[in-house]
Amino acid sequence: MKTYYYPGCTLPDKARDFDTSARACCELLGLELEEMERWVCCGSAFKLDHKNIMQHLAPIRNLAEVHKEGGRLMTLCVFCYNSLKRANYAFLAEPDKHEVINDFIESDYDGKVPVVHLLEMLKDEVGFEALAEKVKRPLGGLRVAPFYGCLLLRPQEEIGFEDPENPTVMEKLFEALGAEVVSYPHRLECCGSYLSLKDRDHTTSMVTRVLESAVEAGANAIVTSCPMCNFNFEFFGGELVARDTIHTFYFTELLALALGADRKLCGLEQHETDVDRLIDEALAAPATAAAGSETAGSGTSGARASGDQAPDARNG
Amino acid sequence: MATELNRVERQTPPDDEMVSIFVMGKEYRVPDALTIMKAIEYAGYHFIRGCGCRGGACGACATVYRTADNYRIKVGLACQTLIEPGMHVTQIPFYPANKAIYDVSEAEPTVEEVLKHYPEIARCLCCEVCTRACPQDLEVMYYIQAALRGDVKEVSRLSFECIMCGLCVSRCPAELMHYNVAILCRRLYARYGMKRAEHLANRVREIEEGKFDEELDELVRMDEKDLVRAYESRDFEEA
Ligand code: SF4
Ligand code: SF4
Ligand code: FES
Repeated sequence: MKTYYYPGCTLPDKARDFDTSARACCELLGLELEEMERWVCCGSAFKLDHKNIMQHLAPIRNLAEVHKEGGRLMTLCVFCYNSLKRANYAFLAEPDKHEVINDFIESDYDGKVPVVHLLEMLKDEVGFEALAEKVKRPLGGLRVAPFYGCLLLRPQEEIGFEDPENPTVMEKLFEALGAEVVSYPHRLECCGSYLSLKDRDHTTSMVTRVLESAVEAGANAIVTSCPMCNFNFEFFGGELVARDTIHTFYFTELLALALGADRKLCGLEQHETDVDRLIDEALAAPATAAAGSETAGSGTSGARASGDQAPDARNG
Repeated sequence: MATELNRVERQTPPDDEMVSIFVMGKEYRVPDALTIMKAIEYAGYHFIRGCGCRGGACGACATVYRTADNYRIKVGLACQTLIEPGMHVTQIPFYPANKAIYDVSEAEPTVEEVLKHYPEIARCLCCEVCTRACPQDLEVMYYIQAALRGDVKEVSRLSFECIMCGLCVSRCPAELMHYNVAILCRRLYARYGMKRAEHLANRVREIEEGKFDEELDELVRMDEKDLVRAYESRDFEEA
């Protein structure tokens, strides 16, 4: 089945790093992608009201476009993923709406175009063992805190890709890449999302709670699959960001790096922190988890990971 | 005077060449094979607005219509669209649309800039009604979507032939002002994205340095006959 890549509005612009690095990853992993020739907004935040068909036109139009070609849709931004996948779910759940929507957008969509996230493809199609074998530059020296946020996994019955209460996909991914995976209690929380537009104080406190918890557990990198989380972490992270205590990455940036992609193709450009320095140090470090090493590049990061603070996910 | 009138009467086509159309709901018998614009004039209306170039280029004569036995709203330029028997037409010379005021030289070719002036574009539902309304067959929805990601180059490409008729604006459920968004993006692209034309800058400099002053003065001094002769014997560039 042909895989059509849906970039969404943010990846060609504000999250170019995500886009560039993901393309490099797919290339190196032999995952064939074709960017959709035409696409529109994903509908952005999914409207909780299933009945308001007007708000489903955008996501369904994208799916209908893929349906015409025959294939599936792959996306990276979790807003897009959540919105497209849930609109698809709602479409299937309400067959009486099919005709109304199809009549209006002049298509014959059947609700059956699969929507996948690159993380799903890594887990189910590449496999982490095979992935580990493809690693050219192990990420020793990186102490990675995976951050899932709200939209990648929830609601489970509509997304159904991992257990939203105890996901392991990013932990396994970064173990395969030779990084040390840090376990911390806030990996499933909200980054503040669009609250950052309205209430900076509140966003700052939500972001700080997450970042502090990751740093206390020893992380020097927090990894997401969401442009919104990245934005909030970098712009509301205060001192932790200003002093390069913790760096924010899209998972694909580090994956591309580990797979040996040309550094220019790994993204790594739209960052508030000095990621180049961190990465130079990380790549120089030994391949295995480098607990306790002094690579964070900051005198302020208080706690350090202790070797036995392994995440639960490792056993799961 | 009487002869004039007689002549007009003699020009009226036989009844089987007349058709009924409805202008703003009122029925008129007009000769078949007229454009909407001519038919409305034939019916006795005198255009003060809603008519400009009569050549399909100015966008002044936007018209919405329906044809008999078809539920769909159709749109067209009154000066370019032929009437059909039983059609309902209403002209929309201008549909309310606010125009942002900005100084392009102080603007930036970014999505933030576009959203600063027209934040409502984020409300686009992707219903594609605007595209269906465009008499120029532009992909209006896709240019709004390109604007939404700050791709001013793509907006310029897709909206280049917009004649600012406003029909898209009249139909949009999200209440956007498409053509004003498009012209902002085209200005941003022209200012920041396009390469400056070197030959143009050179020519402007030559003009400012007075290279052509003498030739121009000579033209000004010529009498009409010489002017005609000069015009007729002018150089043609090879195509
Ligand atoms: S884009 Fe809108 S304003 Fe421009 S020509 Fe088409 S309908 Fe008219
Ligand atoms: S008519 Fe308005 S809401 Fe519909 S696609 Fe066009 S811009 Fe978007
Ligand atoms: S009058 Fe100018 S386009 Fe019709």
